Amino acid sequence: MKTKIGIPKALLYFRYHTLWRTFFEKLDCEIIESEDTTKEVLSRGVNYAIDEACLSYKVYLGHLESLIGKCDYILIPRIATFKDREIVCTRFQALYDVVCNTFRDRDFKILDYNVDVYGGHTEQEGFLNMGKVLGKSKKETLEAYIYAKGAMEEEHKALLREQNKKLNTDNIKILLVSHPYNTYDAYVGSPVINYLEELGVTIIYADIVDREKARAIAHKISPTLQWTYNKELVGAIDIYKDKVDGIVLMSSFPCGPDSLVNEMIIRKIKKPLVTLILDVQDGTAGRETRLESFIDIIKLKKEEEYEKNKN
Amino acid sequence: MKKTKISFPHMGNYCVPIEVVLSLILDCEYLTPPPITKKTLEIGSKYSPDFVCAPFKYNLGCYIEALENGADTLIQTGGVCRLSYYGELHEQILRDLGYEFTFINFGDSEITKPTSIYEKMKKYNPKLTVKRLAKALMIGVRMIDIMDKIEDYIRENVGFEEEEGTLENLYDAMLKELRTVRSYKSLKKINKRYKKMMKKVKINKPKNPIKVGFVGEYYTTLEPFSNHFIEKWLAKHEIVVTRKLNISNTIFFRNPKNIVKKVKKYMKYDIGATGMDTIKEAEWLAKHGYDGIIHVKSFGCTPEMDAMPILENISQDYHIPILYFSFDSQTSEIGIETRLEAFYDMIEMRKEKKK
Repeated sequence: MKTKIGIPKALLYFRYHTLWRTFFEKLDCEIIESEDTTKEVLSRGVNYAIDEACLSYKVYLGHLESLIGKCDYILIPRIATFKDREIVCTRFQALYDVVCNTFRDRDFKILDYNVDVYGGHTEQEGFLNMGKVLGKSKKETLEAYIYAKGAMEEEHKALLREQNKKLNTDNIKILLVSHPYNTYDAYVGSPVINYLEELGVTIIYADIVDREKARAIAHKISPTLQWTYNKELVGAIDIYKDKVDGIVLMSSFPCGPDSLVNEMIIRKIKKPLVTLILDVQDGTAGRETRLESFIDIIKLKKEEEYEKNKN
Repeated sequence: MKKTKISFPHMGNYCVPIEVVLSLILDCEYLTPPPITKKTLEIGSKYSPDFVCAPFKYNLGCYIEALENGADTLIQTGGVCRLSYYGELHEQILRDLGYEFTFINFGDSEITKPTSIYEKMKKYNPKLTVKRLAKALMIGVRMIDIMDKIEDYIRENVGFEEEEGTLENLYDAMLKELRTVRSYKSLKKINKRYKKMMKKVKINKPKNPIKVGFVGEYYTTLEPFSNHFIEKWLAKHEIVVTRKLNISNTIFFRNPKNIVKKVKKYMKYDIGATGMDTIKEAEWLAKHGYDGIIHVKSFGCTPEMDAMPILENISQDYHIPILYFSFDSQTSEIGIETRLEAFYDMIEMRKEKKK
């Protein structure tokens, strides 16, 4: 029988799902993903989380809990650094141990991999260790990892090509700056995206970007920024800002890195900009009004410019 | 030429060694920011982003008050959590407010490494030599070590002095003298003299006093104003307070590789910032017969939040009560006191029962 790997559809899932899925399928495992986020999933997560934890983490715990008993292993990455001064929010560093301690009375096995390049642990080493746990040979695992890594990159390139096409439209374009786990979550980000689309706006996603380039130029806007995922978003702002009409900053409450970086973006980027903070008890009416008036202002501005150019 | 006036935000009494080190390596005058008050926090909060952690707001408040008092150069340390990004945003906010100043930001280097201090400071004082820096740092490190040890002693004994306030008055006088230290020799002398005087202070400690451990996030633990002077409250109730978190234990004498091993019962990885210190310390307190633990942090502090599920497990395993505080700029005094009183009553009752 195939080993069943459970993958919570939250947090880093939205960045690495292709890598994970391809890797485990190559190793002949069965993937069990948790269902899309619903109100129930979230409220289950809320029960297990510290009150003031961020929305995204509450969502995560809900997903994780829903997988207990349904698979042989639940996958939890532990990510700390990608190199010197390329770090992530400490939450990703703590995820494994926090889950172990939160659910220590429950019976389930965790499959984890450690990425702490600055501390001497590469992603590849982490994946090789997982292969060992699953009883696969080193060669087999390495091949699967390289193949999966390629698949992830290919997928991202395809997304990027699609997005670049959208940049040429005359329609109103909004740059959505938000972590993928908020953007693509069915309960958290989707309502916002759907609403923007209802308003007839073309959305450019800041997380779909040449990541390497984005990381390399993020210092133009923020020289001491160290959080890799935020660096990519900030770099994306620099890449896309002249091609869009406005920017939406969307963050979960109370996101540590975003609490500071958003403020820096607001102060440095001279573009129409609106901030959306997502929390557990969010009704949609308030933020829809905000978005609607934001788009109205952009439309007006655009018309004015059009008139000016005509004369 | 006018002398540079340099300033650094308050954190406990550490402005003293900072003043000494800066005076030794830069040809400058140190400006101690006015003591933190409610106003400091108000100003800081007013210009800070909404849900940033409270230390950011305190630091910003201190900067503004220092600038208003004539400071023209400010320092930010950087660190391993959100603190790494404080400096850049502090500077931006202050510039947007129209202040003119020099900002020395260690956010892009490591302040714990003497080489990065040298590189950074050389820019501001071309005359700085390695020897001069080494001397300054040695004095600074030793002074912090001395202060931390004395503060440990005070925390454990201040609740039981025969004459209330003696230790604190002595320490205040000592700090005043420490500010003038410019050589290793004078530091040694002052330390010896005051240690002697403090040992002479009459302490009437009962045989088995209530003992509470104080753990948590860096700033909130170290800056008494930001934790609403909890340690003082505990001392007034004749409680021995133990707190291992201080600069010497977390920066000078900390072995990050060792720390995961020490708590391997609960942890596989390092969860970052002071989270591990909190966990290690809590388990130590639990094993050493403490009656309770108080955990403090600022609202939204991620590493400390992540330590909390582990603290919960330690509390269960060792049957030790833990009281959690999460401080924001709006925390009410009365709420804190009520919770402290209830906690105190509870651990007192438990102790009675154990007898």
